[in-house]
Amino acid sequence: MEHTKTIGYDRFFGLKQSTLFIVLGVFFIYPFIVNNYYIDVAFFFGIYALLGLSLNIVLGEVGLFDLGHAGFYAIGAYTTAILNTKFGIPILVLLPVSALAAGFFAYIVCSPIIHLRGDYLCIVTIGIGEIVRIALINNPFDLTGGPNGVFGIDFPSLGSLFVIDSSIKYYFLIWIVVALSIFGLIRLQQSRIGRAWNCIREDEVAAGSSGIDVRYYKLLAFVLGAALAGIAGNLYASKLMCVSPESFTFWESCLMFCIVLIGGMGSIPGVLIGAAFISLFPEIFRPFAMYRMLVFGTVMILMMMFRPGGVWPRKRGGVEFKSILARIGRKDG
Amino acid sequence: MEVFLEQLINGLTIGSFYALIALGYSMVYGILKLINFAHGDFFTLGSYIGYTVLVFGSALVTSHFGLWGGMIAAMLVAAICLAFVGVIVERVAYRPIYPAGRLPAVVSALGASIFLQNAIMVIWGPRYQAYPASLIPNIHIQLGGIHITLLQIVILVLSFLLMGILYWIIQKTTFGAAIRASALDKDTASLMGINFNKVIFFIFTLGPALGAITGVMVGMYYRQISFTMGWNYGLKAFTATILGGIGNLPGAMFGGLILGVLEMLGAAYISAAWKDVFVFLILILVLIFRPTGLFGEKMAEKV
Amino acid sequence: MAEENRRNNNKIVLQTQKLTKIFGGLTAVSNFDSQVHEGEICSLIGPNGAGKTTVFNVVTGIYKPEEGHVVFNGEDITGRKPHQIVSCGIARTFQNIRLFPNMTCLENIMAGQHCRGSAGVWGAIFRTSHQQKEEQHVRKEAESRILQVGLWESRDELAKNIAYGSQRMLEIARALATNPRLLVLDEPSSGLNSRETEDLMEFLKGLVKEEDVTILLIEHDMNVVMGISDWVIVMDEGRKIAEGLPEEIYNNHRVIEAYLGSDDEESEYDTTSYR
Repeated sequence: MEHTKTIGYDRFFGLKQSTLFIVLGVFFIYPFIVNNYYIDVAFFFGIYALLGLSLNIVLGEVGLFDLGHAGFYAIGAYTTAILNTKFGIPILVLLPVSALAAGFFAYIVCSPIIHLRGDYLCIVTIGIGEIVRIALINNPFDLTGGPNGVFGIDFPSLGSLFVIDSSIKYYFLIWIVVALSIFGLIRLQQSRIGRAWNCIREDEVAAGSSGIDVRYYKLLAFVLGAALAGIAGNLYASKLMCVSPESFTFWESCLMFCIVLIGGMGSIPGVLIGAAFISLFPEIFRPFAMYRMLVFGTVMILMMMFRPGGVWPRKRGGVEFKSILARIGRKDG
Repeated sequence: MEVFLEQLINGLTIGSFYALIALGYSMVYGILKLINFAHGDFFTLGSYIGYTVLVFGSALVTSHFGLWGGMIAAMLVAAICLAFVGVIVERVAYRPIYPAGRLPAVVSALGASIFLQNAIMVIWGPRYQAYPASLIPNIHIQLGGIHITLLQIVILVLSFLLMGILYWIIQKTTFGAAIRASALDKDTASLMGINFNKVIFFIFTLGPALGAITGVMVGMYYRQISFTMGWNYGLKAFTATILGGIGNLPGAMFGGLILGVLEMLGAAYISAAWKDVFVFLILILVLIFRPTGLFGEKMAEKV
Repeated sequence: MAEENRRNNNKIVLQTQKLTKIFGGLTAVSNFDSQVHEGEICSLIGPNGAGKTTVFNVVTGIYKPEEGHVVFNGEDITGRKPHQIVSCGIARTFQNIRLFPNMTCLENIMAGQHCRGSAGVWGAIFRTSHQQKEEQHVRKEAESRILQVGLWESRDELAKNIAYGSQRMLEIARALATNPRLLVLDEPSSGLNSRETEDLMEFLKGLVKEEDVTILLIEHDMNVVMGISDWVIVMDEGRKIAEGLPEEIYNNHRVIEAYLGSDDEESEYDTTSYR
């Protein structure tokens, strides 16, 4: 009996192995041929990639509208900032701690509301994001430094030999983390858990009636997504050496949302492209500073008109959106 | 006691702003199941247009019609402009996209919002603008120990009038029935002969117009306006929509009023800095115990 | 009589006791008692709006009843969540097919195996031997089920792209993948042509014979009811109005009245079973 197709490694997301090597090669060479400014741009590309991947778990895989994801990002960043500046705990030690803090926060906060229907959940997540941001501004127990935030955050280091204190080193650090995350996320996607998530996204009632504990898997997605965002927060805090509430606004949550949607829901390469778009766009349009947001908004609308499935939609198990061209082409509407 | 009543009136004033904006959200959401992120920016745009009318037309208008006339002119112009803008945004950013699905529509709405917000910034500049104080009546009244302004009274009366008119249209006219039917089931509604395009036209002219009038009122009340204020008001207004129950127009109105009152009371008795947190916590608690909002929505999923 | 005695000698797999479900002002199900015996095909019939699907929804955990109990193999499962009930051994299909449209047919069936596995995040990320074994097992199970319902050729097609009749069979395959003791089917022949209905009837009869499964189904197609049922329960307006062997029910005047209506305004429904 012929076995069904398993996901082999001769093609990786539809890319040939040779193409993949070329891309990886560019990644390795890039920081050695450009100046620090552009290395930093690539660092923030990495941060947005991590954030996009983290939201992708919740929005792309399970289909939950989360517009407050910046809150988890903030929890991770501030956990690192506070514990490092007040207690001197090393950054890399705080990486898993921030992930745990953000994940735990997500667990506590989302448990009572995880059963809410899509749009109600959306507004509650917006509320959560705002609550976190306002709490940070209000400086409870004099922990968060108020609107100015916390500064004086260390470099990540493993002992005194291995210190990450230059743009190049940060670049490699973030992209190693991104690569590991992608590895883990692909594995999750292809597992029993990934299937359960996709089933919930397709039809929650049918999923429950097929034996999937819908509540548990939704919560799991939020916790994992928050943890990954927390990791991004840790690295961000250390790179910038300071954190302030301005970096964690509703606008940031919207950006993450757009990354997932523009790239292609549930699609990992799509998220990378979306993150590239979001982080590179302001750079490309720097000369048109005043008008660039007008262009950005227009591009978003046009993208949804012509490629609503995203730039790189997921091939199987992804959601399909019909673009305006496809609909015009079909006479039966 | 006096303080409480004053805060109550302040709360109702802010609440009416939220309520009027919430109506715009609720109408669009009820029928298209789309969170119209651009609605907050309709409100902002209306505010800025009103500002422009007042600043540049003041001499002309106030000499003929007096201070109040100037404000009415500002509101009318803003409302008419936004009716146009609303239709244009619907045609360009929503109509081509909502057949593709709800999520692309959300992204498109965000894109429209970004565009509008920044268009306002480009046209009027990034700094705060201020409604000219000389053009706004500044009459204070003492009502049995309570201190309110004439402006507040006018705003409250006007808001309730507008809400009342909209309520009457929706609940008591045939066209209103068409709107309610479309909100419940738009495919069946159009099969029953309801002109869906007319309904869309209505919600995308009246909604933005109401938002614009609210924007002018906010400009008069707070004097200071900024191009980002749409986001904050929009979020609160959408919260009010959810609080009242999705698709429930009277619910949105009450939701807005309640939200405004809670916010003011929270600011006065708990802490001004945490008032937004207070409001959101209330929302979350309401949704935990009444998942379909205070006044419920009409849907139940048939399995 | 002999048939009924034989039936009563079999274990009771599913029992509803005084089940009542009220929605706002509407009493959808009222005081519903029933028993399904091991190894039989039991049909639940009645006019539209009689409350049949509501009974199914209560049994499978989608609704909580206001009163009454659901007992499965001696265990009270009233009020449990749907996925817990699937774990216990009851699987269902829906009146309006509810597949996972953008997943392949095989993936749809694999979903059914979810509750029989246990691999978690660790196993998924690190591909432990436990997880690998489980994945292989899930795949093999799904493959055997998809063969069983005759959809092998469509295994990599998206569920939304296959024919309607195939979709019905796919949903049944997904339910079977949960290794149920009781299969609860809501109008499985709805929308099928006569040949497909014949095939379905053969399939269900074969299923009961070859696997250790009991079937409870809602049906409107009398050919199916008469053709494969061992026992028939009739509902009208939320109540049981008759039950018995298919031939008995077919000629029961109360049942005919319920479907066709009667001139007599005061017809009473009693719940005595037809012995």
